[in-house]
Amino acid sequence: MTTTNPSNHQEQLSRNDFTEMLQETSALTWRLFIQLIRRPSTLFAGILQPLIWLLLFAALFSKAPIDFLPGSSSYGEFLGAGLIVFTAFSGALNAGLPVMFDREFGFLNRLLVAPLSSRSSIVISSVIYITTISLLQSFAIMATSALLGYGWPSLGGLLLIAITLLLLIFAITGLSLGLAFVLPGHIELIAIIFIANLPVLFASTALAPISFMPQWLGWIASINPLTFAIEPIRMAYHNSVDLKSVLINAPYGEVNGYSCLAILFILTVGLFFLIRPLLNRKLA
Amino acid sequence: MALNGLNLKVPKGSLYGLLGPNGAGKSTALRIICTLLDPDSGYVEVAGNNALIDEKETRRKLGYVAQEVAIDKILTGRELLQLQGDLYHLNKNDKKKRIEELIHRLEMHEWIDRRCGSFSGGMKRRLDLASGLLHEPELLILDEPTVGLDIESRSVIWGLLKELRDNETTILLSSHYLEEVDELADEMAIIDKGKVIASGKPEDLKQALGGDRVTLRVREFSNKLEAESVRKLIKNINGVSNVVVNKKQGYSLNFLVRSNDVISNLSDHLSKENFEVFALSHSRPSLDDVYLQATGKTLMDAELELAGKRDFKLENKKSMR
Repeated sequence: MTTTNPSNHQEQLSRNDFTEMLQETSALTWRLFIQLIRRPSTLFAGILQPLIWLLLFAALFSKAPIDFLPGSSSYGEFLGAGLIVFTAFSGALNAGLPVMFDREFGFLNRLLVAPLSSRSSIVISSVIYITTISLLQSFAIMATSALLGYGWPSLGGLLLIAITLLLLIFAITGLSLGLAFVLPGHIELIAIIFIANLPVLFASTALAPISFMPQWLGWIASINPLTFAIEPIRMAYHNSVDLKSVLINAPYGEVNGYSCLAILFILTVGLFFLIRPLLNRKLA
Repeated sequence: MALNGLNLKVPKGSLYGLLGPNGAGKSTALRIICTLLDPDSGYVEVAGNNALIDEKETRRKLGYVAQEVAIDKILTGRELLQLQGDLYHLNKNDKKKRIEELIHRLEMHEWIDRRCGSFSGGMKRRLDLASGLLHEPELLILDEPTVGLDIESRSVIWGLLKELRDNETTILLSSHYLEEVDELADEMAIIDKGKVIASGKPEDLKQALGGDRVTLRVREFSNKLEAESVRKLIKNINGVSNVVVNKKQGYSLNFLVRSNDVISNLSDHLSKENFEVFALSHSRPSLDDVYLQATGKTLMDAELELAGKRDFKLENKKSMR
């Protein structure tokens, strides 16, 4: 007679669940990458738009006095950090679109009828895909900035950039996925993306420092999540990664590098807890 | 309310047909069985599993081919099947073997490596059916599998369903095509307004009507008064039963006759009462007659009636998760 140890059995089940989850998540992620490979226009558009901005804005403000740009030698150098964050932000904001199309065309039902080990696989695959794409696009902007002579961060700086971007991408991807399940269709989601994209950029320190803004805009910029991502990256370009140093002189006080990252972390976790019940309900 | 006390039992190893007009509640019932929708109340069991509690195990046991073909236009047919295999956790060898079998069986080899966006309706439907069958489900659920298909694709799908039926795969198929259910189903239920109005073997249901179907029109466009007079007259003729006035078809009369002699008597009776015979058709009973007998209208009339009342935008929204 053979006996089965319940804990071994449980362990076996968990291992199977993990293997199955890995299989379904990698298949779903691969599907998104096949779509990208066969329709790469969105990837290139996501890189080209900030690049054009970089070239045009840097040229437009090339003769602007650099005294108002804290720690930067040129406007192009100042702008680079803003555009890296903007690229990641835009990419993450679009994360909900493939899910929305799957909802609209009934493909999501195909996934929901399948015995997925965890329906989180659907969300995780989107997050992996968008994170990779956004990082790739941001890297392209960094590389172009370097070619234009706006510098390249140190290893520590690169790590800081990666952490900052990941926090921002996770937060905005979560928000976008949440919207994809709440809104009735892709028209409404695209409308929100259009409405949010540029105002959020302009109301941050991407294009100008807070000191250059009217007070009301300075207030908005100093609570804008993009600002908390832009300033650590701007610091990373100065080859002096010191998170204790003050990065934002906000109307409500000074904000250092640690605080910027902490705020981004809280935002990410907060959005995760806000959206999780919605995703659980929609994917139940 | 889409369903109203619907009660169904699909015998293992049979092909069970759900017949009813669009909007009768067939798709809602199938979506509940597939765990896509939760019923307000009730109980669903699939192959020994409580589908409302053990959803994951239920999903493992069933294959679902939805009414709207949901495929990724960018993927090739083969890539879609591979994805499907991964979602059902097939191992690499099984996945490959099953995909090849289904490509061969559903005659998809010529186009399976093309992108799905270039497929015709029939190709998409065959691919969708292959997806539903890939993991060899215990219960295959098909929601209107041949609606809008070309003859070749319909023939391929019917062929496969017959083969599966003969191999005792349990299949639950919804359709509003009478001939489809008549041809394929071992057993069936007719659904109207969310509940079963008749169920059993198609042949038994037809035979239970008790004779051949006759449709009589005394004038091209009759009226209610005249139709009622004729109804009163013929219902008393020996060998005539189940007389129904069909308002939607110009107040024609539908009834059953026990034998051909009854039709001769019928003409005599009508002449005596000064009624003419504008049109008279006589046929073996069909499933439409079963439907007519139960609801007082043909399936086509029910379709037209419901089509005007349906809010497709709202239905589409409700089907989105």
